[in-house]
Amino acid sequence: MRSMALVFGASVVGSFGAVFLKMGAACLDGTLRSFLNARLATGVALFLGSSVFYALGIKGGQLSVLYPMVSLGYIWTMLWSRLFFQEAFTRGKLIGLGLILLGVVFVGLGS
Amino acid sequence: MSVSVAIPAKPVDPGARRRSILLVFSCTVLGAAAQILMKLGMAHFTLSLSAILTNYSLLGGYALYGVNTLMLILALRDGELSMLYPIIALTYVWVTLLSYVLLAEPPNLYKNLGIATIVIGVAVLGRGGKK
Repeated sequence: MRSMALVFGASVVGSFGAVFLKMGAACLDGTLRSFLNARLATGVALFLGSSVFYALGIKGGQLSVLYPMVSLGYIWTMLWSRLFFQEAFTRGKLIGLGLILLGVVFVGLGS
Repeated sequence: MSVSVAIPAKPVDPGARRRSILLVFSCTVLGAAAQILMKLGMAHFTLSLSAILTNYSLLGGYALYGVNTLMLILALRDGELSMLYPIIALTYVWVTLLSYVLLAEPPNLYKNLGIATIVIGVAVLGRGGKK
């Protein structure tokens, strides 16, 4: 249960990393200096933090159960894309998210 | 016949397309290997600098994961997501199979069904994002 919570947390933190990378990428103008922006750095830091949570999570459980939980990140990313970047929910996206959620539940039942 | 005229698609270089498919496919295999290495490394993880610096499977797994992420970003930048997403989802299949074989984790119907559902879900997501 603890390892599942850690991997779950890692998927949330990682999805925020993607949001900051996206915001940081908008500031890039082709110069090397523009890579040193706070948003990009925050994004990378969140990804690193997420990987630490993830590594601690897989320490105490089955990889065949915990790795599929990483796909929950798709769901958070889509939520944040809607909230922060006004990207529309399409029917295909919603069906895809539903299937991913269902799949994670199945895998969880197999633990 | 007229359909191909009606769609103002940008000309796709078949060589470039094949390269990005091959690159993303390699990423799924490398990504799965990284997962197994990380799991093996975390099995004897202790919180000390010297222990971490000599934990070669953990370090190797992390390095592979990092390189793999960069490769994926490059491949996705100029590829069609609707085509590449289903390939990326293969990572879930490889990790599960390798967990069964190399880590001796018990296979069962729920896990297999779950992986199949997730792979289809990611594929549908890739198509839905295309619009």
